[in-house]
Amino acid sequence: MSIDTSKVATSNKTAATASKPSKAGAAATWADERLGLAAMGKKNLRKVFPDHWSFMLGEIALWSFVVLLLSGVFLTLWFRPSMAEVTYQGSYDQMRGISMSEAFASALNISFDVRGGLLMRQMHHWAAMLFIAAMMIHLLRVFFTGAHRKPREVNWVIGCLLLLLGTLEGFTGYSLPDDLLSGTGIRAADGFIKSMPVVGTYISFFLFGGEFPGEAIIPRLYTIHVLLIPGLLLALIAAHMLLLVYHKHTQWPGPGRTENNVVGFPMLPVYAAKAGGFFFIVFGVTAIMGGLMSINPVWKFGPYDPTKVTAGSQPDWYMGWPDGALRIMPGIESHFWGSTWSWNVFLPIIVLPGLLFTVLLLLPFIEGWITGDKREHHLLQRPRNAPTRTATMVALMTLYGCFWAAGGNDIIAIRLHASINQITYFMRAAVFIAPVIAFIVTRRVCISLQRHDNETLLHGYETGVIMRTPEGSYYEKHLPISGAEAYTMTVRDRSSARLTEPAEADTNGVPAPKGRLSGLREKVRTLYYADDIDKPTAEELEEARHHAEHEAHALAAIDGHSADGHHFDGRHPVSEEPIRPEHHGH
Amino acid sequence: MSADSSHDTGHEPGHEVINARTDALLADPGLPDHVWRPTDVDAKAEKRAERQVATLFGLSAICTVLFVVFYITLETGVDGPTIIGLGASNVALGVSLGLALLLIGIGVIQWARKLMGDHEISELRHPASSSEGDRAETLAALNAGLEESGIGRRPLVRNTLLGSVALLAAPAVVMLRDLGPLPNEVVGEYEGAGLHHTVWRKGMRVVRDVVGTPVKASDLEIGDLLNAEPEALFPTAENGLPELSGAELQIAKSKAALVMLRMDPNDIVSPVTRNWSVNGIVAYSKICTHVGCPISLNERTTHNLLCPCHQSTFDLADSGKVVFGPAGRHLPQLPLGVDDEGYLIALSDFLEPVGPSFWERNTKSPSEVAKGLS
Repeated sequence: MSIDTSKVATSNKTAATASKPSKAGAAATWADERLGLAAMGKKNLRKVFPDHWSFMLGEIALWSFVVLLLSGVFLTLWFRPSMAEVTYQGSYDQMRGISMSEAFASALNISFDVRGGLLMRQMHHWAAMLFIAAMMIHLLRVFFTGAHRKPREVNWVIGCLLLLLGTLEGFTGYSLPDDLLSGTGIRAADGFIKSMPVVGTYISFFLFGGEFPGEAIIPRLYTIHVLLIPGLLLALIAAHMLLLVYHKHTQWPGPGRTENNVVGFPMLPVYAAKAGGFFFIVFGVTAIMGGLMSINPVWKFGPYDPTKVTAGSQPDWYMGWPDGALRIMPGIESHFWGSTWSWNVFLPIIVLPGLLFTVLLLLPFIEGWITGDKREHHLLQRPRNAPTRTATMVALMTLYGCFWAAGGNDIIAIRLHASINQITYFMRAAVFIAPVIAFIVTRRVCISLQRHDNETLLHGYETGVIMRTPEGSYYEKHLPISGAEAYTMTVRDRSSARLTEPAEADTNGVPAPKGRLSGLREKVRTLYYADDIDKPTAEELEEARHHAEHEAHALAAIDGHSADGHHFDGRHPVSEEPIRPEHHGH
Repeated sequence: MSADSSHDTGHEPGHEVINARTDALLADPGLPDHVWRPTDVDAKAEKRAERQVATLFGLSAICTVLFVVFYITLETGVDGPTIIGLGASNVALGVSLGLALLLIGIGVIQWARKLMGDHEISELRHPASSSEGDRAETLAALNAGLEESGIGRRPLVRNTLLGSVALLAAPAVVMLRDLGPLPNEVVGEYEGAGLHHTVWRKGMRVVRDVVGTPVKASDLEIGDLLNAEPEALFPTAENGLPELSGAELQIAKSKAALVMLRMDPNDIVSPVTRNWSVNGIVAYSKICTHVGCPISLNERTTHNLLCPCHQSTFDLADSGKVVFGPAGRHLPQLPLGVDDEGYLIALSDFLEPVGPSFWERNTKSPSEVAKGLS
């Protein structure tokens, strides 16, 4: 692709005209003769990446993971993952002489005696929160815009696994300092494990190397935290990125942007510079957060003591939602034949997260099954154009939010001076009712926005100019939107067409054999597309254009004056224009 | 404006088309014309942008130098200087490092936005799937390979291989066996070992936590709450109890901790609770029966005790019955008595397992549990 670079900053031009073989050239030849880099570079150096602010969310997750690796390696140089009892002799007066585990003593040492140690600890913790938050928001972006559809379902699954592993990595990480709060978390985790029928106590004894708390859990969590999970994360991130490169990034529809191309900036130089620069920004922001915002001040909690607890004990925010489910679950326990089944723990903390995670993992496949859509999709959809999908995710978000809020029921009770019992009862109902309300409301909002889009396509945008007819009635003047805008709005499927066409007919029109579930599937599909507002037909658009032309003709007499509505729409200079122009003679 | 037409610009001969039909309704106006930026057409603007970027990089270098200076000069820890209530070393290092990184990032992005070519280019996509030809060739290669291996013709070789490889899972599982003892294996290994026991036993004195001094009934006023532990956790020459340390101490602590309350004896509802109390003083396991947090919040007017982790609430006047929250089971009560010297003692170990529920637990009602002490 040739590009007019005649005017691009002159400094860029000289490099392209290098004539004699340079040292860099020699090095490149050396490498290519051994690694065959040129074939790869030819394809990828100018690989196109489309530009949109929302594509940056996944990048935040990626770069905060790099910050986690760097700060994490620093911390391992001083942290001692041992539960051996020592007497603290470091520089923090309040703890000197107190017995504690070596792990906690070394966490204090990093915080108080290693220069920059506290900074790295805080950066590590902030980056972890950023990592998980960015993954979640990235997941939402992908789902709301339909980027999880074919051919990207596998990358969705990898992304979900990354979120799960990231959460476990966070839990194992904040358990390591062996302070009072993290010990309380581990103690609760032991309770969760013991609630599992049949195998609970065995798993607990294997994990803790005997009875809780034992002396094995911190070193074991350490191995999981610094080796096992990071290794898996790294491998999955690599796979995630490779698939991204293979599929090429999705893009928003627009003039010149189709399902068959990808429009944007080349990797070298613009995208490499922007992405690389963004790494420094994420790194810098974490450093400033680590410098200015205190997080997990372990010295305030003291060493873990199984008989102590602080009021308001809460896990890190991303573990808050299962904790909320645990809090609002009614205390149901069954006792049969000398065994105890603690549904009150097992269901909310083991079954529920597993179930919701499975639902999350399956979302693209469930949607694909309902719609029967076997096409590849590289153009993104606006959330409004898939009302049921958007509403489903908002319902899931609402469910998450309810559980999460329930995880802070004690804090809410204190802050609002409300009864914790009433908050708990309210939340028990809310987790069932609120997602349904959210689903219905979101769906209707999407459908209204679809209607609004059609209005805009057919009747133009609202100019804010009020016209008075000779008869004395008033109306607001509308003007047609630009061709590019109109084109962008019309790039979408008709749901009515999707409902009527056979979903799985192959290229020769032979319908697929009907499965046993096809009846159910038809019904669900009808519900999925129910009340969707299709874009106008070509006839409707043509008629609207005629109407607009007619109106423009009628108003031609006053064209060129303020009252034509062009002047106060923010798109034309009005400084020279009198509000009430002089009368023109006829 | 044409009728609904399939929207597939960018065809090239030989290029496989992606299986996509997006009905676009309107004709694609094509990529908009490129607009030159001020830095492309105005030499002054270009120079200005160049200076901006270089300045950002220069400022970053200054911040890095400052970082090193702060590292050397500022003392860390609680005794070091403070800024806005935070350790000066941490704030200075964080802010200088952060700005050093941030300024590089902003500089590079500014460079990309203002000075690098900003032509959007278009690249063709290819279907994610391989071509039919590739598929056929791969399948042929696979079949040839399998055929040559003879895996289909020699079921004996195939099945013994599968069997022996599958069996290799056994060492992987078996070798995890020594991660820990089985729950019933620890019983008797140390004082109060196992899920069903604690270090409490008949005649063991109740002592205050942290200090380890024994408690007399008269030490407590009505309404007083006391965190207590067994004397076994505070061995002295006088009581002659064996020394506990390390994991054993932590395990003993994590099961034996008590919470005691003195209430008006007339307020006690359950006969078991009354039997096991001394002058209205009752002792319960401090370990929540939900997931095992130490319970600590007392509601004075109701004799209710609240767990701060998940808000399970237990009624200490009525056998530790759950009155609210997610716990499924009452709080185990320790039968209290008084020794010759007037100090509070346990009349036995807990008569049921303390702490969170587990599968092998034989759960009984408080009155049935009480039959164990006779």
